[in-house]
Amino acid sequence: MSLVTKFAARDPGPAARMAGFVAHLRDNGMRLGVGETAIALDAMTHIDAANPQDARRALKSVFTGCAEEAAQFDALFNSFWMNGGRVKTRVTPTATPSESENVHSLREVDAEADISGGAGDISAPDGGEGEAESDGEGKLVATDVANLFKKDLRDLVCPKEIEAAEKIAIRLGAALRDRRSRRRKAARKGDQIHFRKVMRQSLATGGEPFALPKRQRPDRTLRLTAICDVSGSMTVYSRIFLAFLAGLMRADPRADAYLFHTRLVRITEALRDKDPLRALARLSLLAEGFAGGSKIGESLDTFAGTYGRRFVDNRTVVMILSDGYDTASPDGISDALVRLKKRGCKIIWLNPLKGWDGYEPTARAMSEALPHLDLFRAANTLEDLAGLEAEFARL
Amino acid sequence: MTWKTLQSAMADQGYIASGDLAMALHLSLSLGRPLLLEGAAGVGKTEVARVLAAVEETQLIRLQCYEGLDASQAIYEWNYQRQLLAIRAASEDGETGKSVEARIFSDEFLLERPLLKAIRQHKAPVLLIDEIDRADEEFEAYLLEILSEFQITIPEMGTITATTRPIVILTANGTRDLSDALRRRCLYAHVPYPDHETELAILVTRYPDITDRLCAQIVGFVQALRKQELEKKPGIAEMLDFAAALMGLGVADLTEDPATLQATLTTLLKTQLDRDAIPTEIAQRLAGKAA
Repeated sequence: MSLVTKFAARDPGPAARMAGFVAHLRDNGMRLGVGETAIALDAMTHIDAANPQDARRALKSVFTGCAEEAAQFDALFNSFWMNGGRVKTRVTPTATPSESENVHSLREVDAEADISGGAGDISAPDGGEGEAESDGEGKLVATDVANLFKKDLRDLVCPKEIEAAEKIAIRLGAALRDRRSRRRKAARKGDQIHFRKVMRQSLATGGEPFALPKRQRPDRTLRLTAICDVSGSMTVYSRIFLAFLAGLMRADPRADAYLFHTRLVRITEALRDKDPLRALARLSLLAEGFAGGSKIGESLDTFAGTYGRRFVDNRTVVMILSDGYDTASPDGISDALVRLKKRGCKIIWLNPLKGWDGYEPTARAMSEALPHLDLFRAANTLEDLAGLEAEFARL
Repeated sequence: MTWKTLQSAMADQGYIASGDLAMALHLSLSLGRPLLLEGAAGVGKTEVARVLAAVEETQLIRLQCYEGLDASQAIYEWNYQRQLLAIRAASEDGETGKSVEARIFSDEFLLERPLLKAIRQHKAPVLLIDEIDRADEEFEAYLLEILSEFQITIPEMGTITATTRPIVILTANGTRDLSDALRRRCLYAHVPYPDHETELAILVTRYPDITDRLCAQIVGFVQALRKQELEKKPGIAEMLDFAAALMGLGVADLTEDPATLQATLTTLLKTQLDRDAIPTEIAQRLAGKAA
């Protein structure tokens, strides 16, 4: 068939071509390991590998793992194997910088690069002012409306507030704790008899079940993941929310926190710093572009596609702190929320503007998001957050 | 057996499989790997397993997943009532503790649940793990272990290794994302709604005496209906019910009686919102186009 890609004569053979194809798929965002390559080669021995249609179908079932991948596979297959008879010179993949297993799913995140950028700043000599440094060219090229001036969050949040927030975070965390599992475990008190234990123990008493151990549905703990909007429109409220995040991180070792404005940054590690002021200093470095524009949809989508895949499951409550004013088109928001929701989590949106009298969720972003939320409440002070305890308990 | 012979064998059993699906099944059989089928409800995912069991002339063992499914329902459970009785009887006969223990934790008192049953068959069965996305993550993790090792450890009895490797089919309809680990263990096929030709073939296979005109109208109508904004799009089973209803009522032409058509829509649209979304005028327009 003339459509089929021709390979250079010195190319090592079918196995290498398959490896090249896998590399091609990886470049296009599929997550595949060496195991899949082996299965694919094995599969080729069970079919008529010379028939491109058969090969396409077989490789599709081996290499794809979800509907989206299945949909894009045919195009990827054609671009590698059916490039219209042109000669492909290099089939073996170039060595890419090694990615460890947990970095794996972070491929598309700009934020990852940002974090390292921030870290670089920390180790750099304390030469110029922050402003002067960030005026340099090209550093934030990826963001079009980002605010290039750093804001020092230490001016915004004081340690006392963090302490108060910590208390609130502990209480909110406790309120979220009592979701019942559907499984049962051995327990001192319970509503069902644990027969397996009864049998075991009755052996000692000649088959007479004296003790009746019980089974109970245990409480499952929920994790809180907070995503905070620090765009310009949120500046007034950021102080409270950041204090809350800092408190939350200190109260709950499993909680997770993110900031976004025009892009998403993970701040969990920074906020875990023992010294609250140093934590905020690290945060300031990460939050470059603070008080700029916001791209809610894009940021949430990044979250759903990257960190969300690792950290969000059906025992997670995702808390979004944002006013819902989006500088980019808000179309992505509901898609991103649907994607998140599919991971089985609960989504809470706390909107500072909702506290205003007569507020209607008119911002388009907000009205898009509304159907996907489990809870939509006002919050612009620490007291408001504390008042949410009862609502959290009902989730 | 190639995938084409498998496809025609399935067609003989009344299942029209697309090329992609037949190939995935063929590879799953020849590589001995589990196959994950994903697609909307009502596209015939469960049916695949039933037909495959018929083609392979083997038993179908089905495990329906639900939230909270645990080892005692999926793998095995001891028959506690019988164990208690046996212990009492043994103590009256003066049997020693050791031999009682050996006896009550033996095969005789073991209740097999689908997963254990599947690996202890003489002829490899088809194991259908239906709606895996409804089970919780603990179960998914357990399943991974079984699917890779094909052995089950019962503390009181030791490890039971598979006598035959079952043909494993998992289905999911996307209520929750599955873990990457599980996806990687499996081959994958996405089962879409059938295209026009496939759906015609399915309808004719099921109801050979249907008239060509009605057949084309039904398929055209259902295909058009799926393009509407609906909460729950009608699947193949619904389409077949619809056809059966029309034939039972003696309708020869969809457009001839709007009231009957509207009444038979109950077989296709299963929520109040969807019923409201397709009033008589729209139904007539869709039927008119299909005709």
